[in-house]
Amino acid sequence: MTSEEIIDTIENSGLRGLGGGGFPTGKKWRLCKKAPGDVKYVIGNGDEGDPGAFSDRSLMEANPHSILEGMIIGAFAIGANQGYLYLRAEYPLALKQLQIAIEQAKEYGFLGKNIFNSGFDFDIKINRGGGAFVCGESSALIASMEGKIGEPRAKYVHTVDSGFWNKPTNLNNVKTWANVPLIINKGADWYAKIGTEKSKGTGIFSLVGKVNNTGLIEIPMGTPLRRIIYDIGGGIPGSKKFKAVQTGGPSGGCIPEELLDLPVDFEKLTEAGSMIGSGGMIVMDENTCMVDLARYFLDFLQNESCGKCIPCHEGIKRMLEILIDITHGKGNEKDLELLQELAETVKDFSLCGLGQTSPNTVLSTLQYFKDEYVAHLKDKKCPAGICKALIKYSILQEKCTGCGACLKLCPQKAIQGAPKKTHKIDPTKCTRCGICRDACTFEAIMIK
Amino acid sequence: MVTLNIDGVKVQAEEGTTLLEVAKFYGIDIPTLCYNDELTPYGACRLCTVEVDDGKRTKLVASCLYPVKDGINVKTHSKRVIKGRKMILELLIAKCPNSKILQDLASQTGLEKVRFKMENQDCILCGLCVRMCAEQMGSGAIGFVGRGQKREVATPFHIASEVCRNCGACMYICPAVDVQCRGIKSPGELCNSCLTITPQCIEKYGQVMCAQESCGACIKKEKK
Repeated sequence: MTSEEIIDTIENSGLRGLGGGGFPTGKKWRLCKKAPGDVKYVIGNGDEGDPGAFSDRSLMEANPHSILEGMIIGAFAIGANQGYLYLRAEYPLALKQLQIAIEQAKEYGFLGKNIFNSGFDFDIKINRGGGAFVCGESSALIASMEGKIGEPRAKYVHTVDSGFWNKPTNLNNVKTWANVPLIINKGADWYAKIGTEKSKGTGIFSLVGKVNNTGLIEIPMGTPLRRIIYDIGGGIPGSKKFKAVQTGGPSGGCIPEELLDLPVDFEKLTEAGSMIGSGGMIVMDENTCMVDLARYFLDFLQNESCGKCIPCHEGIKRMLEILIDITHGKGNEKDLELLQELAETVKDFSLCGLGQTSPNTVLSTLQYFKDEYVAHLKDKKCPAGICKALIKYSILQEKCTGCGACLKLCPQKAIQGAPKKTHKIDPTKCTRCGICRDACTFEAIMIK
Repeated sequence: MVTLNIDGVKVQAEEGTTLLEVAKFYGIDIPTLCYNDELTPYGACRLCTVEVDDGKRTKLVASCLYPVKDGINVKTHSKRVIKGRKMILELLIAKCPNSKILQDLASQTGLEKVRFKMENQDCILCGLCVRMCAEQMGSGAIGFVGRGQKREVATPFHIASEVCRNCGACMYICPAVDVQCRGIKSPGELCNSCLTITPQCIEKYGQVMCAQESCGACIKKEKK
């Protein structure tokens, strides 16, 4: 195959960037091939840092050769002689496996000088990240590889024109690279048959949270969420009610029950206010407080934002401040308006993808679960019973047998009662830790 | 040369220049904070964000970094842009209310209320001092340390730098600590005194108000 034929095949297959961006891979390769310059680079992005996502990890640990093969094909098509794999620091096994795979590829002559007498030289080096979530963003990743601070730059000049050391650089996620050999072997038509009109092929998702079967799943694009959660995931444990599913990691949105028939592809998830992202899928049941959830993810992003641009650095801090106030029962109704306005500004004005997507959890929970916010603000109640400042533990007189299990375990000694007589919780001493509730076998302890 | 349209005016510019440079050349005002003519554009404050329509879609870009393209339509003061600028200034004033430069920008943009809890910090992380030290003074004694909320400007390992010559260029260029705001309001609040200027106001406060130089927002408001 000539390099032109390879790019045509990838373009016809409809393969898109599986790191979350969804940019057509064939188009990216063509732009990089056309870009002027004799030195070009290809990079594999294996810096998967989302909480609850581990699909890149499993791929790098279990099938590292597929990534290398994809990168060799891509480099040949683009005209690059040097490849880099940027690996998350917290994945030591993936590093070991990839090192072994590269050594093996060199032994067999897949990597090195004049590969199989084709006149094509190609080598791959591994770069280890330093544990920064933002370095999964392409321009921050390149800055980090160059030895600079891992912070993004504005991408008005694309990396395919000027990337690593200002040379044309083609950066793809490791999952995208791993799809390439399959498409070359089986043909573009085979790949294009799977999936929806605009999102072809399959997607790998980390299905986690309140679902019976957790783990990695590979599904054709366009599979409805309901099928993923109920047929593959086996539904919600303990006959609890489904509340929402968060897709796309910390900067994804929460999709409510009424949208469960939504087919999972790039466009549909974006329309619903979420994204595919790194392929995280966190299922939540009725015991999850959506305000607290938004607070949790903003807390993560506040520490992982690089801090360069003001909307992201200051905006996330202030959104978090408002959400903490709401979960502590100190918010007022004007806060919602301000939160919405601030979230929209952060989305529009931030420098990179991290900042632009950071308010997604806030915006989607405000859109679909506004009643929960209102309950926190107006009634000073947390419907899911999570926000400690807004809940009260009490013992149901008719269910308590006076067994004393809770009394012995309470670290605050907030429970009083004699054996075989109903117990009582002293609300002034109770810290709402929940130990008594877990200890009670009669479901006598309730949260109000 | 490329031809583009800024706020309805057809202008020509050389390829490779940024949108902000072109707008400045033609006298079109775009507010900036982390930008300086002599330093590499950084794109951190986002105040210079404008709306660009390239025929396919409308997007918001930082004009200090965006290279001009042929046939684009630029709006420097669209509703969406102004709303965002106000919010960014609200965030900045809440963080660092004592900066005259920030207070003036806030008045010029028409920000009249800060809804966040007021802090009293000095550094807004605009990076002017870091670039000044490295690019103009050739020293590179200070840089950014840490990420997220822990980000700060510091010398390596927080010890006195051997390459720092105490030239003071970092202080000279700093928009936050160099000139403190001495408006009619008590320190730590949004000033806005130029927006509410009245004869009584001048009599009462005289020199105190807008002590350094007037930001001009009051004159602009009267014209309307």
